[in-house]
Amino acid sequence: MQYCGDFRTTYERDMELLQTPFVKVCVTAFFVFLLAWPFLVKSAFLWITLQILIAAIGAVGLNILTGFTGQISLGQGAFLGVGAYTSAYITAKLGLSFWVGVPAAGLVTAMAGMVFGIPSLRLKGLYLAIATLASQFILEWIFLRWESVTGGSYGIVIPRPSLGGYVFESDRSYYYIVLLIAAAMVLFAANLMRTRTGRAFMAVRDHYISAEIMGINLFKYRILSFAISSFYAGVAGALYGHSLRFVSSEQFNIEVSIVYLAMIIIGGLGSILGSIYGAVFMILLPKLLTIVTAKIAVSIPGIAELATAMEQGIFGVIIIVFLIFEPDGLAHRWKMVKAYWKLYPFSY
Amino acid sequence: MTFQYFLQLVISGLVIGSIYSAVALGFVIIYKATRVVNFAQGELLMVGAYVCYAFLVQMHFPFWAALLLTILFGMVLAMFVERLILRPMIGEPAISIIMVTIGLSLVLRSVASAIWGTDILVYEPKLFPQEMISFAGVPVSLEFVWCFVLSVFLLAVFSIFFKYSKAGVAMRATAFNQQAAQSMGISVKHIFALSWVISAVVSGIGGVLIGNINGINNTLYHFGLKVFPATILGGLDSILGAAIGGMIIGILENLSDGFCKTYFDLSGVKEVAPYVILVLILMVKPYGLFGTKEIERV
Repeated sequence: MQYCGDFRTTYERDMELLQTPFVKVCVTAFFVFLLAWPFLVKSAFLWITLQILIAAIGAVGLNILTGFTGQISLGQGAFLGVGAYTSAYITAKLGLSFWVGVPAAGLVTAMAGMVFGIPSLRLKGLYLAIATLASQFILEWIFLRWESVTGGSYGIVIPRPSLGGYVFESDRSYYYIVLLIAAAMVLFAANLMRTRTGRAFMAVRDHYISAEIMGINLFKYRILSFAISSFYAGVAGALYGHSLRFVSSEQFNIEVSIVYLAMIIIGGLGSILGSIYGAVFMILLPKLLTIVTAKIAVSIPGIAELATAMEQGIFGVIIIVFLIFEPDGLAHRWKMVKAYWKLYPFSY
Repeated sequence: MTFQYFLQLVISGLVIGSIYSAVALGFVIIYKATRVVNFAQGELLMVGAYVCYAFLVQMHFPFWAALLLTILFGMVLAMFVERLILRPMIGEPAISIIMVTIGLSLVLRSVASAIWGTDILVYEPKLFPQEMISFAGVPVSLEFVWCFVLSVFLLAVFSIFFKYSKAGVAMRATAFNQQAAQSMGISVKHIFALSWVISAVVSGIGGVLIGNINGINNTLYHFGLKVFPATILGGLDSILGAAIGGMIIGILENLSDGFCKTYFDLSGVKEVAPYVILVLILMVKPYGLFGTKEIERV
């Protein structure tokens, strides 16, 4: 007998990442589609996709910290920078390979994240936000002034990765590296949230005093969350640096941190999928704005300059509108739409 | 480092610090009354400076009229912001409120740079006389003295306002306990609006003062971010703390900058020193000098 609806009778079934055969097919198809993507689109679109994948890694990392553990961080931009500079130093100045540089970037950034996460033991909410804001400025300053490592205001030129004599010089070949790393890291994050560690993170977020009473070591899990989140940021930063072949300090300023926070808020706090939606949204938005203003600029001269000045402002408006009208983000909205159509037309 | 140089650093630090104090006062007023951490404080300052520029230089008003109009504009802007953006966010978690003020800061910043561009603008004519006077052997511009006097005056006026006026007492009552205040007939909504209005006015005047010294451009909002070190040092919800914290941060950033320049040949310490101080304070004494300790009971 086939029941109507989706019943789960064991915890294992309930905890599965992909819960129905339909979802499994969809996800597989989507991954295959992503693999074929570079052959379907023009190089400009491929470049945007590349940036979305990189941003998705960083956004998932920030969501682990902010969405799942409830620790607000305004320093994600600087942590991306730590990763980018680490990988740049290792590949460009020490001459080691990309395959050493990226993991090392993750680990070094994780360490930096743990150091700047120490205040989280005593601080929470807005105090932590202010502490991470300070870490953003301190790190930015170090990027600019520690010239022997970071190249100061000149930045560092870095190579694309190579493997056994083959150089991943084109965006298309580099895309596959980024895609595989992003897929692995998203999968890891989704799995992490099903483990004891992930549940501990959520307990710390929901009520940290209760969590502590139930035997969760607050200090350990907060620092762990900072470490994992910064690891993601470090890898994303390193991949970003290699994609541009250049690293300099203004790529990692406070505005980047804000864009990443906007990603997870627009996508949905505490949702892995949401972080990806947010990354897609926030990367596509400026491109769309450029296209739209280019179209309008034909009829209204002078609007192009105005539009570049207003770009940040439009970000701001979108953040405010989302926070007021859809505080749970795109992931939640998507769920609502799905629930509506699932039972259509009897959606009561 | 000569004593002369040291004294010069302390004096200019004190002057800049007094403006930090005024802006920090604005920040604390909002935080105390509404529990909103306003990341757009620097933008309120920047908008104040720009609007005064528009009235003074572009429309040729006399200074007193321009200042009054700036204050008026700040009031209207603050009321709009409070009603449209912050009111719907009451009761939301800290991150949403922080994020909404960040969103606001982006909007204000880009509107300002869309209108006034990104070049450095200066007040013509200068607001205060430029002569140098000698203070304990150190030459000080009269402009600095005026600036210091005005910010201290501002701080004093608002301290008296909070201590003795009816609205001030109502604001303190609201900060202490919103429900109790509401049941005593205080309109909490009006108090929220009032605190935003006062905050915008104070920061706007701070913006005019700093714009007069440094010139105005679209990076002026960085100045507002210095309120975080100042208020954390003084205690987030203490008005006295904001006043003292601002001046201490002003002096400390100047001194550390001077020391690093003289002894380590390291420039640009000024930009980062307040934040290093901020992290240190947070690690040692997170509620600052005069802040209320949060005690949690389960």
